[in-house]
Amino acid sequence: MTAPQPPTAGQHAFAPGRRGAARTIDVSMLAPGGFGHRSLMWWGTLGLVLIEGTMFALTIGAYFYLRERNTYWPPQNIAPPDLLWGTLNLLVLAASAIPNEIAKKAAERIDLRAVRLWLVVCLAFGVAFNAIRVFEFLHLNVTFSNDAYGSIVWMLLGLHTVHIATDVADTAVLTALMFIGPVEEKRFVDVEENAVYWYFVVATWLPIYGVIYWAPRII
Amino acid sequence: MNDPDRAPHGDARTAKAELPPVLEDAAALARTWSDPPGLVGWITTVDHKRIALRYLVTAFVMFLGGGVLASMMRLQLSRPENTLFGPDFYNQLFTTHGTNMMFLFAVPVTQALGIYFVPLMVGSRNIAFPRMVAYSYWLYLGGCLMLWVPFLLNTGPDMGWFSYAPLSEILYTPTKRADVWAQMITFTEVAGLAVAVSIVVTALKLRAPGMSLNRIPIFVWGMVVQSFMIIFAMPAIMLASTALILDRLANTHFFDVERGGDALLWQHLFWFFGHPEVYIIFIPGTALVSTIVTSFSRRHIFGYLAVVLSLVSTGFVGFGLWVHHMFATGLPKLGESFFTAASIIIAVPTGIQFFCWIATLWSGRVSLKTPLVWVLGFFWVFLIGGLTGVMLAAVPLDLQVHDTYFVVAHLHYVLIGGTVFPLFGAFYYWWPKLTGRMMRERLGIASFACFFVGFNLTFFPMHLLGLHGMPRRVYTYPPDAGWTTMNQLELVGVAFMTLGTLLFLADAWMALRHGATATDDPWLAGTLEWATTSPPPAYNFLHAPTVAGREPVWDNPPDQPIVVGLRTDVRDVLVTHVMDAEPDHRTEFPEPTKWPLLTALSTTALFVGSIFTAWAVVYCAVPLFVSMTGWFWPKHPGETGTQAWPIAHRTLPMPNEPPSGKAA
Amino acid sequence: MIAASFLQSALDPAGPQAAHIARLWWLLLAIAVVVFVAVLGFLAAAILHRRRDTTEASLTYAVSIAVGLTVVTLFAILIVTVWTERINATLGAASAVTIELTGHQFWWEVQYDAANPVDRVTTANEMHIPVGRPVVLKVTSRDVIHSFWAPNLHGKRDLIPGYTTAIWLQADRPDVFRAQCAEFCGRQHAHMALQIVAEPEPAFERWLNAERAPAHDPADAGALRGRDVFMKRQCVLCHQIRGTSANGLVGPELTHLASRGTLAAGTLPNTTGHLAGWIINPQALKPGSQMPQNAMASDELQSLLAYLETLK
Repeated sequence: MTAPQPPTAGQHAFAPGRRGAARTIDVSMLAPGGFGHRSLMWWGTLGLVLIEGTMFALTIGAYFYLRERNTYWPPQNIAPPDLLWGTLNLLVLAASAIPNEIAKKAAERIDLRAVRLWLVVCLAFGVAFNAIRVFEFLHLNVTFSNDAYGSIVWMLLGLHTVHIATDVADTAVLTALMFIGPVEEKRFVDVEENAVYWYFVVATWLPIYGVIYWAPRII
Repeated sequence: MNDPDRAPHGDARTAKAELPPVLEDAAALARTWSDPPGLVGWITTVDHKRIALRYLVTAFVMFLGGGVLASMMRLQLSRPENTLFGPDFYNQLFTTHGTNMMFLFAVPVTQALGIYFVPLMVGSRNIAFPRMVAYSYWLYLGGCLMLWVPFLLNTGPDMGWFSYAPLSEILYTPTKRADVWAQMITFTEVAGLAVAVSIVVTALKLRAPGMSLNRIPIFVWGMVVQSFMIIFAMPAIMLASTALILDRLANTHFFDVERGGDALLWQHLFWFFGHPEVYIIFIPGTALVSTIVTSFSRRHIFGYLAVVLSLVSTGFVGFGLWVHHMFATGLPKLGESFFTAASIIIAVPTGIQFFCWIATLWSGRVSLKTPLVWVLGFFWVFLIGGLTGVMLAAVPLDLQVHDTYFVVAHLHYVLIGGTVFPLFGAFYYWWPKLTGRMMRERLGIASFACFFVGFNLTFFPMHLLGLHGMPRRVYTYPPDAGWTTMNQLELVGVAFMTLGTLLFLADAWMALRHGATATDDPWLAGTLEWATTSPPPAYNFLHAPTVAGREPVWDNPPDQPIVVGLRTDVRDVLVTHVMDAEPDHRTEFPEPTKWPLLTALSTTALFVGSIFTAWAVVYCAVPLFVSMTGWFWPKHPGETGTQAWPIAHRTLPMPNEPPSGKAA
Repeated sequence: MIAASFLQSALDPAGPQAAHIARLWWLLLAIAVVVFVAVLGFLAAAILHRRRDTTEASLTYAVSIAVGLTVVTLFAILIVTVWTERINATLGAASAVTIELTGHQFWWEVQYDAANPVDRVTTANEMHIPVGRPVVLKVTSRDVIHSFWAPNLHGKRDLIPGYTTAIWLQADRPDVFRAQCAEFCGRQHAHMALQIVAEPEPAFERWLNAERAPAHDPADAGALRGRDVFMKRQCVLCHQIRGTSANGLVGPELTHLASRGTLAAGTLPNTTGHLAGWIINPQALKPGSQMPQNAMASDELQSLLAYLETLK
């Protein structure tokens, strides 16, 4: 197939005023960007959230399916994961919503200074919960190669870790951009969408935390 | 819905003589939206039309490749105890054929049409997130190579396109074949998901002013439903294939019965994706049928709302039937009855669409051109597939014909009927738009006749074979089984199908070289892609359109306003509201860029490397991070004339103009 | 239908369940034909006769009727389906024969349950059932997923590792039926058949008693030599012959090999020539099967064949 040809001149479907005066809608006065659900990025992020939310939901489904198929859960001689580090991370992740919200609000005001400050705070939180995550893995009391229980627990925690790690990487790039890059106003939409995604990552930790740490204990 | 459902006539667009004043600067638009010349432009393009053509051509090559594999299988089975191919190669043949057709042909080819036509049909200058779409193509190409290169080296996957555990586990498939399959899945699913998100956002946010939800073309609706199904279904297969590859390479035990895993977990995850996959494939097909039936009946589709709701409800119910692939596993009876009911209910929305199409043709002024002829073929074939689908929903009968040639017949009637026939119709229908040339009616009809006869000769006897005991996926069968004659008849059918496909290719080739030049709207159809040149310019529409009806070319009054005020020195695109498509804001779209390709290359290195060592995930994360940062990092504003965001505009209230609002 | 000319067919039912399903099939086929003709008839009319005077209201009316008919038909199908499903689920009889069927790559292990464990009978690739008496199969798999399918008797049931499920069937006439693996299970999925011999009750009991007996020591000197060949070679690693020291559990058990109709799960008829070929070079006859090549001198082979043929 050939590449599209350049248009031939003179073909103007829907040209104004085929039979009368030209009628137009002038959009030049519209803002060159928008926040929240008005922006394309918000919808793109929503798509990502739906995809990954489905992934998490299915993984949790697989956890309970495997539990149904096993008499002992966790298997005999395996203790449930230690509560300390996971619960600590729950608190840190929840607390990170505060700087996240402030950064989001600052972005919506197009306040570069505040955005810089609060992105750095967010980043600090991000580094903290990634560090705590290492201890979570060390205190799961099971390895992925032990049995299906170990596999699915590592899968759940691993999936969430991929999210917090990429979110921190995103935030780091965004922060760097805000300090050194050419900052255009539309970059503040990115800050806002980064915050939305951050909320998603925090929110998914609630059910995953519940499944990993509490499902083996209470039920 | 206030527009009259009766057909307006093609004459709405006959006023070529009175050329309107040109308000937009075509030269400036062309400068801004064109790609750099030559190879650089080819690599860096973010033009949805160029990417879509690439997708189309690649997917069609995959279709031909899959067809060759199918012919080889028919050849092997044309004699009992045939020694032409051994079991190892035959198993690679059907695995590669199925995987190729499902993952590398059917879904990408429909998405390709969506990438090309959704932005045009909603009147936008480009698709949303064009760099992501560019990236998705390179990944898709990686997926194609991932399947075909090992196959050509005689180490292709051989555990079936469904790759059931534990057969696909390391104990029973100790070679790399299953790993290759699992990562091929990852390639194509990431690509499919990226395109799905882009199409949804395009359809929701980039519609021409005036295109409220009840005026969205049905093809766009079909693509939106398909995209949402992809978004909810494909995570399941990604999870399954990830778990499989971890079982194989990292010694986990998801599907390992000995260590607490479960063999049916794979089937649940696989069919949670795999059944919606069928609808993912044929929903765009039925949407194409609606489009072609409308255009060649010269009237608005009868029952627009019913058709759209049918598509949407098919999308929902499609997720409620995955277990009907697992009736033979011996599930509890209550579950079976539920899934039987769901499998039967899904026939209702499809039936509604059939009746609406017939009503449309019944009351329209039918113009029996090649695209419509292919659609008539669709009616015959897909109806048989749908009826056998209802039979398969009946559990007792399913237990007899499940995993036999009856199901092979059924699925080809549904998928070839539901997708390939409408697709050929769409090729003929849109060929003038894609290439600016007309194909020949006569060759088109001849190609259809061969393909249609060949198809039925090939696949109809399979129903009988299945009932008479021939299982699927056998590389040979005993001479006294009674299956030989029908298998030989099928080989004759293959010859006819091949001839039909070759005629199509010849037609396409000749049309490219010598075809008559196409006008903007050779079929006098009504949707927006016909309101621009054939093929469309890089910026799609000289004047960004507004619409006053479902078929704007038919419905728009002569004084329908156009959009002005989009900048021509940058890639300015109008963003509108989700519900009523009122203008909201403008946004600047990306320029051609090398980063999608570089990111795809690092992603490829990661996926391929991970088959050999888990550390590849860590090593390759570095180039992946670098390329994604490069992608995200803005060019300097001064360099490309990026527009600063005037502080005064950012809180500008939305004018929310009705489309027929203000006159300039 | 000329079903009789097919080796196995769902349209030639020989048991109550297959008969119910065949009836359901003919009913659904009749409905499908009517729907197909009606829909394509209207389509042809729509294309050929251009009635442009039809009002939208009358179209709406017609489409509503068509949708209504569709729903009613589908509902009827649902009812018939659920009903057939219910009567097919179990043949519930106290006198049922219980057989454990285990799938292997690429053969079938068949075990007859008995009150006394000593009376349990194990055989391979051939299953005898009494005519007119319900049989309950308890199926599972030792490796990958297989599926048991005897189309003349009933629909299929998967054999899944980690799961044991029960399926009922019954043969109404004496005959030899063929069952075949219906879930792709690897390279030799095509050659994984099971013979089902349905015979009158007395014949069945005779067969079962014969199977219960261990192998007799051969009288003939050649056959005795053959037994030594069997016991000293790798055969014993995989195969069991009750009454001897061969206790392998990987491959089919061979205590009454000579009484079976086929070799290698229905791949070859059980004749001396085929048996010889199968022992020497199974990978040529069934490439990918688990049975290794067994090179041996021709006198060794002759003795081995003589021995195996005593295993009646």
